[in-house]
Amino acid sequence: MPDGASALQLVFGGDPALYAIVGLSLYVSVSAVALAALVALPWGAFLALTHFPGRTFIVVLINAFMGLPPVVVGLAVYLLLSRSGPLGSLGILFTPKAMILAQALLVMPIIAALTRQTIEDLWAEYREELTALRVTPARRVATLLWDARFSLTTTLLAGFGRAAAEVGTVMIVGGNIDGFTRTMTTAIALETSKGDLPLAMGLGLVLIVLIVGVNALAWGARRIGEVRAG
Amino acid sequence: MRTADAHTPLMPAKAGIQPSFVSWPWVPAFAGTSGRRCTLLAFMLCIALCAPARAQDKSIVVASTTSTQDSGLFGHILPIFKAKTGIDVKVIAQGTGQALDTTKRGDADVVFVHAKAQEERFVADGFGVKRYPVMYNDFVLIGPQSDPAGVKGKDIETALKTIKAKAAPFISRGDRSGTHSAELALWKAAGIDPHAPPIPQAHTGREVAGPWYREIGQGMGAALNTAAAMNGYTLSDRGTWLAFKNRGELDIAVEGDRRMFNQYGVTLVNPEKHPHVRKDLGQQFIDWLVSAEGQRAIADYRINGQQLFFPNAGAPGA
Amino acid sequence: MRAPITDLPLAFEDASLRARGVEIVSNLDLKIVSGAPTVLLGPNGSGKSTLLRLAMGLIRPTSGRVTWGGRAIPDERLAMVFQRPVMLRRSAAANVAYALERRDEQRVRALLDRVGLAALAQRPARRLSGGEQQRLALARALARDPEILFLDEPTASLDPAATKAVEDIVQAVAASGVKIVMATHDIGQARRLAGDVVFLARGRLIERAGAAQFFPSPATSEAAAFLRGDLVI
Repeated sequence: MPDGASALQLVFGGDPALYAIVGLSLYVSVSAVALAALVALPWGAFLALTHFPGRTFIVVLINAFMGLPPVVVGLAVYLLLSRSGPLGSLGILFTPKAMILAQALLVMPIIAALTRQTIEDLWAEYREELTALRVTPARRVATLLWDARFSLTTTLLAGFGRAAAEVGTVMIVGGNIDGFTRTMTTAIALETSKGDLPLAMGLGLVLIVLIVGVNALAWGARRIGEVRAG
Repeated sequence: MRTADAHTPLMPAKAGIQPSFVSWPWVPAFAGTSGRRCTLLAFMLCIALCAPARAQDKSIVVASTTSTQDSGLFGHILPIFKAKTGIDVKVIAQGTGQALDTTKRGDADVVFVHAKAQEERFVADGFGVKRYPVMYNDFVLIGPQSDPAGVKGKDIETALKTIKAKAAPFISRGDRSGTHSAELALWKAAGIDPHAPPIPQAHTGREVAGPWYREIGQGMGAALNTAAAMNGYTLSDRGTWLAFKNRGELDIAVEGDRRMFNQYGVTLVNPEKHPHVRKDLGQQFIDWLVSAEGQRAIADYRINGQQLFFPNAGAPGA
Repeated sequence: MRAPITDLPLAFEDASLRARGVEIVSNLDLKIVSGAPTVLLGPNGSGKSTLLRLAMGLIRPTSGRVTWGGRAIPDERLAMVFQRPVMLRRSAAANVAYALERRDEQRVRALLDRVGLAALAQRPARRLSGGEQQRLALARALARDPEILFLDEPTASLDPAATKAVEDIVQAVAASGVKIVMATHDIGQARRLAGDVVFLARGRLIERAGAAQFFPSPATSEAAAFLRGDLVI
């Protein structure tokens, strides 16, 4: 980023470095939420529909993990992906892939816990009907996830908000490399440490606008879907 | 514990319909759902798995210090190096201690820091191939313009003693960085243990450093921000200070003392320890840094007309 | 028109259900055979819904047995329509298709036609009126090609016109050879539809008789009181 440029100049002057950072932030956080959702949606629904010894323990644990400290997740993924760590041979530390993985781990408990709650409530409503229709367990999960899709967008947004706003994991496993792993949040941290507080604040506002924008899009999509699907 | 059984007498209405999940038939899970759902899933998979084309394969990772990054030096010299060689240099800016640790784990190809003794031990322990001196800058003692301790213009030893005597607030990096080690060495040379006299905390009984000496455990920029906010003194490298924007009432209090010179060295990670190290590209970067061209690029970097780093690759004993 | 009924009679053998120390259904002995609709009649809380859920296999008796032709309750060819059916969050047609074993557009159309909803096939199910939803639930139940269809007060919250539409469908379904077992507390509805009557009160079977006999001359004082319009406690 050019020295002395104000945030306004950056945004409206079409600074390509800023757009690259915004793009990377979106790419990493959206991918992380998608990856986490692939695991956490079925897993949360599975937990909602089953009873087995130890289930309560897992549910409490997942609820607690919604508050996982990002730096701890970052550190764990760092140790995992480091060349000296068990997955070091992948060579993905300090790359966007590592950031996606770390953020996915961070938001997985959020999506799983909220999905379990949503699906459990819906299951209370659907249980007799689906049982009377003799729906197989796997299809129950699919049906409930699909019918809860509008509530689940909020769940995914909660995950996205957490991913897009956090700085701890991406700083540690991404390394804040200029033009490669620098995201909005790590750029803000960097500008703060350089003492350029107005630029840091400007970037912060851009990030907030970005998060609001994504939420507005999702909300719009949800409304349209609800109107069409009833 | 047999949860399901335990529930039965209480909740007979549920007992009969618990699904049995002995086997978990994933395959038909989406058989009955609409095509739209499958499209959505495929879309999500795509986002998650199709990473953008792997960034420049011709790249190395350099673990370096916050001072080189925050001062803007890399922003100046790396484009020149890239234009010449086509090599992308990815810089991870950490404290010197953390940078050396990152490198020891094999997560970087080159380490570029300023703590000569630690660097030499790094090479002696077999983690690095050879340390090359590159350049130096100097430390400056930063303090409020009003100079409440009255240290302006003194030599660094006297200045530190005065700060201690007057218990003026001093912000220490406290993060094992090169600057932190340099600061501790200066205290030692002045014959002061900044952590003494210990003051027992009322509520825990634990002994902590005097309240005038504050370790923040963060980078240079954060230390300067803290000093600006608290009207305290701190030791900074000149480069970060010159590039620093949030100065508030801060100014240079002490500078030019020979004991405040700060030597940078660069070392290639030993490929025998970490075979994946890109030794050719890394060595190319080191060779360029110490070449006449690289040294000139370093000397050319200025902020407001002031030179920040002084190349001395050829200097004996640097 | 359909394969002969094989699983009936449905039999309750000394079946009881107890929940949190309260007996909801007590020592029920009852056989349901094929033929004209069987109506479960009784005041609210008499155990009609519970009896249907036991028959459907949604709950298990805490003692005694519920059997079909001497065997366990099967998974096929039985269906149920609830008082407040769950409409899946998709179109009316998709709700019917959901209950089919395989995709069959023609069958979906025929079923919707049978309940008079062909014109609303693409309407989101949750946007249908109460009566339309109940008819859609009937179509969805019929998609399972049942031999026996349980109806749990399907018209309890409907206006007379919607009730009439549902009753017409139920009569047509019964005429096509499907055994109807329907719970209601509406005496008029029981008179209109019943072939035989099972009268329940306080979770017990009080009286069982053909409709022609039950309505003019009930054998028990409870049934007589109920038919008079008295509260049966």
